[in-house]
Amino acid sequence: MSKQRKAVSLISGGLDSMLATRAIQDQGIHVEGINFYTGFCVEGHTHALRRKDIDKEKRNNALWVAEQLGIKLHIIDVIEEYKEVLINPKHGYGQHLNPCLDCKIFMVNKAQAWAWMEENQFDFIITGEVIGQRPKSQRKATMPIIARESGADDRLLRPLCAKNLPPTLPEREGWVDREKLFKFGGRSRKPQMELAAKFGFTEYSQPAGGCCFLTDQSYSDKLGDLWRTRGSKNYDLDDIMLLKVGRHLRPKPHFKIIVSREEGENNYLSGYKNEYTTVNILSHKGPIALLDGDFSRESSEEDINLAASIVARFSQGRDEKEVKVQIRQKDGVERELMVTPLPQASVDPDWYV
Amino acid sequence: MPVIRTQDKIKTLSSGEILRVICTDPGVKADIPTWCRINGHMVLEIEEKHQEIHVTIEVGNE
Repeated sequence: MSKQRKAVSLISGGLDSMLATRAIQDQGIHVEGINFYTGFCVEGHTHALRRKDIDKEKRNNALWVAEQLGIKLHIIDVIEEYKEVLINPKHGYGQHLNPCLDCKIFMVNKAQAWAWMEENQFDFIITGEVIGQRPKSQRKATMPIIARESGADDRLLRPLCAKNLPPTLPEREGWVDREKLFKFGGRSRKPQMELAAKFGFTEYSQPAGGCCFLTDQSYSDKLGDLWRTRGSKNYDLDDIMLLKVGRHLRPKPHFKIIVSREEGENNYLSGYKNEYTTVNILSHKGPIALLDGDFSRESSEEDINLAASIVARFSQGRDEKEVKVQIRQKDGVERELMVTPLPQASVDPDWYV
Repeated sequence: MPVIRTQDKIKTLSSGEILRVICTDPGVKADIPTWCRINGHMVLEIEEKHQEIHVTIEVGNE
């Protein structure tokens, strides 16, 4: 009796990895999924946005896909290790601050390290990559780079475009039948949709630009601003979570205001009251705001007044002559101020990060 | 993150043991039960207490 072969599949939560996994399951291979949590995953962003669309189904797509496929899913926290990938990508960034090629190499490498562990003993790795699907990381020229630099070499199988590539070890050894693999290529999603229909998948996620916030211009702009104003390309998890929440305005180079847009964001930002100076509107319904910056200057009182008047601008008291606000320092000291909401015309569009 | 912490904690527990997860992320109401279903564990109870969500899990045979 031949040995039961095992593959680990990189599950993003999108359609391509779902199809690639099913294609290999259908060949009698035992497949388990692996998903990496970088902090930039859209599905990992639960606190704030999930309350924005209260009626929208809340789910982690990678988990949902694993359940549809009937496979285990191992979720690995790579937040710390991922920093080096994002801060110093050997192959550079894509259109925004997305280091897609380095990211893929990193994830395949991590999957390989996990898969070859003695207690796991997997035989090969599969991904949902398709040649030509993404301009930075999924090109004919990048496929061998990912295989080589990740260390997976010919144990990396891309079922959806395998016939456009040289046979890998699982194909040569007959663990999988190459003839039953696919020859997808290019930007079109039609072949994937047809295969999804053939497999009976009627529901699946196809997020534009993938499932990563780094492919989003607005998010990348905020991250670039964070790095510039700090003078170093570094971050922690709270930094990158906060970039996903609220309006970000930088009225002066040395401080930024994060203004909540709805109740869910209010609750989320409230959790940071011991890390940032916060502004609360007392006399009217309004947002909570965090002040991020240097408030030890001589001009700090003026800066806090400016920040409070900007936050008041986003409250229901925006047309009043004065609005009462509470300023709470991170050490818990609170005081109240009366401020005039900044007129719309005085809010410089360039303040928006 | 709550799912990862649950996953990592359950690795250290034995079948039949009970784990109580306390978190504030509303996404866990869907994510932890899904993770438990695909990994062979059982959610016994999900309770919302103020702004916290308490999930009680019986560890299965992985």
